Amino acid sequence: MASLDRAARSFLLSEVIAGFVLTLKYMFKPKVTVNYPYEKGPLGPRFRGEHALRRYPNGEERCIACKLCEAICPAQAITIEAEPREDGSRRTTRYDIDMTKCIYCGLCQEACPVDAIVEGPNFEFSTETREELMYNKEKLLANGDRWESEIAANLQADAAYR
Amino acid sequence: MYADLIHFFTVNWLGQAIVILAECLLVTVPLLIAVAYMTYADRKIWASIQLRRGPNVVGPFGLLQPFADGLKLVLKETIVPSSANTVLFLIAPMITFMTALIAWAVIPFNDGWVIANINVGILYLFAISSLGVYGIIIAGWASNSKYAFLGALRSAAQMVSYEVSIGFVLVTVLLCVGSLNLTKIVLAQSGWFWDWFWLPLLPMFVIFFVSALAETNRTPFDLPMSEAELVQGFQTEYSSMPFALFFLGEYANMILLSAMGAVLFLGGWMSPIPYAPFTWIPGLVWFVLKIALLLFVFSWSKGTLPRYRYDQLMRLGWKVFLPVSLGWLVLTAAVLQFGGWLPGK
Repeated sequence: MASLDRAARSFLLSEVIAGFVLTLKYMFKPKVTVNYPYEKGPLGPRFRGEHALRRYPNGEERCIACKLCEAICPAQAITIEAEPREDGSRRTTRYDIDMTKCIYCGLCQEACPVDAIVEGPNFEFSTETREELMYNKEKLLANGDRWESEIAANLQADAAYR
Repeated sequence: MYADLIHFFTVNWLGQAIVILAECLLVTVPLLIAVAYMTYADRKIWASIQLRRGPNVVGPFGLLQPFADGLKLVLKETIVPSSANTVLFLIAPMITFMTALIAWAVIPFNDGWVIANINVGILYLFAISSLGVYGIIIAGWASNSKYAFLGALRSAAQMVSYEVSIGFVLVTVLLCVGSLNLTKIVLAQSGWFWDWFWLPLLPMFVIFFVSALAETNRTPFDLPMSEAELVQGFQTEYSSMPFALFFLGEYANMILLSAMGAVLFLGGWMSPIPYAPFTWIPGLVWFVLKIALLLFVFSWSKGTLPRYRYDQLMRLGWKVFLPVSLGWLVLTAAVLQFGGWLPGK
């Protein structure tokens, strides 16, 4: 009897038809995807996106060329060269991040004693060439200027948990 | 003057050539547009089954997406692998594309709307759909790649296996009609929609549809290009325009088999209710609607069914479909003979 039942079901395609009915029902359900370029999901204050080098409010760059980020970077994406400036303060002459190597682990911003290198909330920085992803100090500082308000707000929101 | 024109287009060879060319364009251009929008409809249908949105950025509701995709393919570089047989490699997609197109010559779009109203329409369709497999075999062999070769072998075995049961399905239909002419097959189904052959020959209709899925290498029978095992099967090494030709051929084949299904089982251009106002709607509209319905089921099954394993596919083809279709053929013949419904008597 059981085998007859099974044969009848397989010949009448009952399970296949049940599957078709199910997918037809799903077709009329509301969509769950975010309509990405027009609407975006929420980002936490700890979101690790594109890097930025920050400045103090008086315009002085924060980075003191301690090279802790370069040392801790597991992907060895950061290259720093430093020299004393005319006024005797220690500054970077070169601060490069190879964004194609970076794994966005956030260890650089954890290592930084002066909150100079941070990963901001920007994740839409795709480029058409590989070369454009070799960030230099100029680009990183420009990012810092561009995203400062968001970055500062995120750091403040997260400060209570550190 | 008027008589001269009629003479030019009916007797003069140049006039006839112009007429035939115009007919071909009238079929091919809408067909290619239909193919473009079939890809779009496909993606939208799978997307909604998976609760996604599908293409919605290019143009209103993403309606220009097929053209963006086509343009992208045309602008890409045609890469021919250095170890490939260049001539065959480039001929293969053309064969697939051409066989998908020339079969349309015998499809009746409306009463008398057919490029070549030949007496052996079904045989012609059957022959052409068998030829389609050559494009795939040649592609797989000429690519000189393991994935492409395995994909081509699978495709050849699969198409040959399912062609057999499609053959029996066609024989059953033509037993009921008594003619191989597609126009006559449609005319034999006149009446209400339950007079069309899908109901009296329901098991054959199901077998035909499932075999059509296998013929066009669609889910659940998309083994020749099963992404998880064979990258993209016989299309692995193709890019740009040759790839686009394969793609167009594949979709044109799907539309062709849907048209075959509409002609054989869904009454072609007939209206489902043989009274006004339904009969006022042109037959072409009904025909297109029936094709669209079958194409929707094609997409729907892609969104629903998981892929068959290769041995399951072969078992289904040879051990289930072949005996069932053969049995139903004998049964149909017996019923026609002893019921006294044999056509032509």
